[in-house]
Amino acid sequence: MPEEGMENSKGGEERPKWNNKAEYLLTCIGFAVGLGNVWRFPYLCQIYGGGAFLIPYLIALVFQGLPLLYLELAIGQRLRMGSIGVWNSISPYLGGVGVASMVVSLCVSLFYNTIVAWVLWYLFNSFQEPLPWSQCPLNHNNTGYVEECVESTPVNYFWYRKTLNITPNMETSGSLQWWMVVSLATAWSIVYICFIRGSRPSAVYVTATFPYLVLTIFLVRALTLPGSSEGLIYLFTPDVRPLSNPQVWLDAATQIFFSLSVAFGGLISFSSYNSQKNNCERDAVLVGVINSATSIYASIPIFAILGFKAHTNYVTCLNGNILALTNEFDISDMNITVENYEQWFDSLNGTHPSRVSDLNLKTCDLQTFLDQSASGTGLAFIVFTEAVISMPGSQVWAVLFFIMLFSLGLSSMFGNLEGVLTPLHDLKLVPKWMPNELFTGKTLICLVLFLVSLIFTLGSGNYWLEIFNSYVGSVPLLIIAFFEIIAVAYIYGIGRFSDDLEFMTGHRPNIFWKVCWLVISPLMLFVVLVAYVAVQAQTHPTYPAWNPDYVNFPDTEVLPYPDWVFAICVLLSSVPVIFIPLVAIYRLICCMSGRHSEDRLHNDPNPYANEGYVVES
Amino acid sequence: MVSKTLNAPNGYKVRISLKTALGEDAYEWNQSEMFFFQATMAFAMRRHFQMETYNVDNIILCVQTSRVSFWFVVTSPDNTTMLIPKADVEKAVRMSRHRINNAFLLSDRTLEFLGIYPTLAAPVNPDTPPWLIVFGVVIGAVCVGIIALLISSLLQKRRKEKGMTEDGQDEEDMQVKGVENGINLDGTYNRGFTDDDRFTKL
Repeated sequence: MPEEGMENSKGGEERPKWNNKAEYLLTCIGFAVGLGNVWRFPYLCQIYGGGAFLIPYLIALVFQGLPLLYLELAIGQRLRMGSIGVWNSISPYLGGVGVASMVVSLCVSLFYNTIVAWVLWYLFNSFQEPLPWSQCPLNHNNTGYVEECVESTPVNYFWYRKTLNITPNMETSGSLQWWMVVSLATAWSIVYICFIRGSRPSAVYVTATFPYLVLTIFLVRALTLPGSSEGLIYLFTPDVRPLSNPQVWLDAATQIFFSLSVAFGGLISFSSYNSQKNNCERDAVLVGVINSATSIYASIPIFAILGFKAHTNYVTCLNGNILALTNEFDISDMNITVENYEQWFDSLNGTHPSRVSDLNLKTCDLQTFLDQSASGTGLAFIVFTEAVISMPGSQVWAVLFFIMLFSLGLSSMFGNLEGVLTPLHDLKLVPKWMPNELFTGKTLICLVLFLVSLIFTLGSGNYWLEIFNSYVGSVPLLIIAFFEIIAVAYIYGIGRFSDDLEFMTGHRPNIFWKVCWLVISPLMLFVVLVAYVAVQAQTHPTYPAWNPDYVNFPDTEVLPYPDWVFAICVLLSSVPVIFIPLVAIYRLICCMSGRHSEDRLHNDPNPYANEGYVVES
Repeated sequence: MVSKTLNAPNGYKVRISLKTALGEDAYEWNQSEMFFFQATMAFAMRRHFQMETYNVDNIILCVQTSRVSFWFVVTSPDNTTMLIPKADVEKAVRMSRHRINNAFLLSDRTLEFLGIYPTLAAPVNPDTPPWLIVFGVVIGAVCVGIIALLISSLLQKRRKEKGMTEDGQDEEDMQVKGVENGINLDGTYNRGFTDDDRFTKL
């Protein structure tokens, strides 16, 4: 157990420190604020009754998110080690929690950087006139447009064919797409260069603040676009009816949880570089509130632009109808306009109903267009890119948007990799024959991760990414967080933890924190975990496949996971978590076989224990 | 209003959308403009067949609406009762389409010959895809950065080594103590227990 007053970590080596408080806060905020704030939260707001979604969201933030965040920052700061060292210190039987965190961070780094690579690909392609996703390419003999593109949309075609070159199902792996490999290499090189030699702290000033600048620019621009007000009204009009659906509360809790990036171990590592006398309570509240505020702030320009897109689609739909009517009845050009369309339609339908019905006019309803929702990659690479085409000066907006996504992803990658590198460093797992310099360790890890993440550049890569996202980045994190809070509240002891907090912040935690750590947060986590697993278990594991030969193309074909894939899914969810009981059993065995004292020395080394002076009497 | 089922096997329907194309600068479509159209079509026929005999009288217009749309047929200059076949007219129009469009300040979309589909614009295929250029710039900058950091770290290490050999006494001290105990010291070196006497010069 750590002694009181322990200033240095083990060894004569000084732990690296933050240059200033701002760097620490910006890094934590950058880690927490990621792609999900921009493309998941607005979607949830949209489908769950607009402004009313803020109610479960804020409740989850206050009772679950902030306590967890405070807990992680506090133990990292107090014990001054990465995630593995910290949990080893609290109880050797719980060392598995740290290992689980590290494994999850590892897996998440793999696919997260692939998303960053996609963003880079789109960024590179935004420097063209016209934008490549704005029109369909010609087919081989220049007689017409590529059929797949005509049947869906140019934006969809560019995403599924030109970017992913996706295979029709998961069994077909396809080959490595060279342009994706190139983008992935770029993404990993940029992450690498920011990590070596501690240039990350300076990079974080840019990556953490730039998204806010871009969001503001987009906000101002979007508000001047036609249709933006409809989008905003649609977003913010609260509708409390969905709140009776428990799914809403579950999604709010999971959104807060995943958004704050707890249980990755990255936050523990970041706070371990602090001096012990730092007010981590204020830090935790600050980071949590800023994260949620960013989500809300980001949803405003997103929705303004979605409203603009809906409006544009609506006008295009109407114009198509107007042209059909004008041509059919030889009415003077531009006599029918968007405004008087209804009257013209009614009068023409009254006098010549058969001819009008033969035209097969589309029903154009603005609400239908507004209801089209998308989240995740669909929002960024399909919906938003389509909106950008209609904006004057498309290239500028596309470049800005993708640079923003890139910096959001990069700052989160820092946290992910931190959750991998710091425990490895603390464990001194780097083999003896390698020069024991962090530099080479980082190089090796980045290289290995890059090579493994080449899976996601295959034709079926997107399907695999979705699997990783759903199975690694969800249930294991909930389980780890649950064990974290139980470990600190009950095994380490809330009393001892309060003493530590008093030592660090100067005052004992007030009753709200204690109640949350002891009762509310574990209970909420447990309920969310059980509910999440129950919901997942009920839905048959299927995935939407993009198959041009599908009967209902361009709708995606819903296919079930093959058995071997499903086995991999189960593996992905359970392997990180299995370390928790495994390490506990291992320690138990070691303890029982009497090698207890030796183990203790290795696991929580005491800097004052100098073996050369053990009295041998 | 006459429906589009006019029986004109050798004629084409033309549709003009002036307001869509020109907005406020749209000119009025009147008989003079129709005459201009006849002249343009005659020019197109002359150009295609390379016969100087086509004239405005050979272009016959009918069924004009306020859309603006009308039908036209082309008669042979030698025999005004004989109509030029549809295929030939199409070839003539395709050949001079660009000139016809520009004469009226219109485009393929706003001056439509129903049945004659505009040839699709050939896509501009630059030799190097633009994205490769941007990628090249970015990856070049990153490589330069990595190499610079590598070199500077090596230089720093070399400087550190030079600095270390200068106060080698202390290092030897620590190392000797470590070797003496036989195990690698993991703890903080505690100077209170240094065997000073070994090095005191009397």
